[in-house]
Amino acid sequence: MNYSMTSLIKQAFQGHKGWPVGWRDPEPKKQYDAIIIGGGGHGLATAYYLAKEHGLTNIAVLERGWIGSGNVARNTTIVRSNYLLNNEIPLLEWSLKLWENLSQELNYNVMFSQRGVLDIFHTNGQRDEAVRRGNAMIMNGVDAVMLNKEEVLKQVNIIDPDNGRYPILGGLLQPRAGTARHDAVVWGYARAADRLGVDIIQGCEVTGFLRDSDGRMTGVETSRGTINAPKVGVAVAGHSSQVMEMVGIRLPVESHKLQAFVTESVKPIIDTVATFGVGHLYISQSDKGGLVFGGMLDGYNSFAQRGNLPIVEDVAEAIMMFLPTLGRARLLRHWAGVVDMTMDGSPFICKTPIDGLYLNGGWNYTGFKAIPGAAWCFAHTMVHNEPHPYNAPFDLDRFSQGRPVDATGGGPFPNHH
Amino acid sequence: MRIPCPLCGERPLEEFTYRGDAKVKRPDHDAPIEDWVGYVYVRDNPKGDHQEHWRHSGGCGSWLTVNRNTVSHIINSVEEARQTEESRISEKTQEKKLA
Repeated sequence: MNYSMTSLIKQAFQGHKGWPVGWRDPEPKKQYDAIIIGGGGHGLATAYYLAKEHGLTNIAVLERGWIGSGNVARNTTIVRSNYLLNNEIPLLEWSLKLWENLSQELNYNVMFSQRGVLDIFHTNGQRDEAVRRGNAMIMNGVDAVMLNKEEVLKQVNIIDPDNGRYPILGGLLQPRAGTARHDAVVWGYARAADRLGVDIIQGCEVTGFLRDSDGRMTGVETSRGTINAPKVGVAVAGHSSQVMEMVGIRLPVESHKLQAFVTESVKPIIDTVATFGVGHLYISQSDKGGLVFGGMLDGYNSFAQRGNLPIVEDVAEAIMMFLPTLGRARLLRHWAGVVDMTMDGSPFICKTPIDGLYLNGGWNYTGFKAIPGAAWCFAHTMVHNEPHPYNAPFDLDRFSQGRPVDATGGGPFPNHH
Repeated sequence: MRIPCPLCGERPLEEFTYRGDAKVKRPDHDAPIEDWVGYVYVRDNPKGDHQEHWRHSGGCGSWLTVNRNTVSHIINSVEEARQTEESRISEKTQEKKLA
């Protein structure tokens, strides 16, 4: 059933009892044309684009838990393409373009809200960086606007305007950036993929890979039996090392955790996404009224989906410095997501040394915004067995060939990106 | 998380700086390029016990080798990455005492 005003009115008269399920719960078949491991945003979106763009409909998405149980449900929902490097902007900008039409395309309201992302700076050095990044964005056809102090305070009027130590000098605004509803993205892609014939199989853990005598991928062993397919795509953010280790591939990845926070609901007080340049703090307000914000990585390898208290303190201090009016807001929840941190802060969307095995991972806590674009490129890579120009820089060989995509210049220290 | 520093006792996480995988070894000067790529970029990333380097930067400044579980954060063991003169002496005195 297509979701529309007509179907809504019709269902309203039936007491909303006639809505069909969003997606089926099929038994796994023995043979597919392609398997995607991981039923998160990237996995489901890849299946959708394989079906829609490439006509490959005999596909299964295998998910260990339930769809959307990983990082796609644990992020701060920010969508942006305000990047610096010429080889990373095209991918993120393509993703943003897909976001702009996503609700219509999926026939599912992903609540994409282009409320802007405003990076506020506090020193002359940061201003130089913002000008450089803004120019890089404009050169790549991305929207970027420099705001002065008055314009920043007009946009976010709860900032302390007179912070003596870190004065507000201005901000770099990307007006087309914004936020989306994380669960809706999962459900929208799941439903759209299912309607094209994709089997979404939950509660199905991959325990091993099957290869023929030439080493080519032929399928996977799962907790629900053997499933064959000539092409297997891995999209398991946070656990890429573990899954790839099953075929003996060691990745330049460490798993770290990043925390996010939400306060109790308050009246609308911030209508954009603001990031503060001191330390690390980004904040927006959800449609329910909760203030959603996050900080830095906890800083050490971890697979615990819970955060540590020093970061809670650190983030609270940053809030008190910039938004002292929120001092009495009560924290409702804080949680952490396990993210693949790579050695240059950039992802992998690529082939692997094994024929028929493809990797989408290493997202460094920036995976949510990239879902449509990266999955679109990943589907392209899986079908053509070669990358699209947008994702060509993001292969596994870039380290040995001396071309890491390191926007911060942080070097091979995953917890510094 | 609290880390028991062998020199200072149990101290809070904020006093420590993380470096990462302690099993990485610098290859020989004339080792093949793959070894160097592995040394600079590839890491053990176990879901479970992990051998890692921490520095007690907000305390005694020692480099420590910590064996920590990456799921439960339980610390199994902490040793000095390289023994200090002081701890060698105190070990000897203890050995003498025991003898």
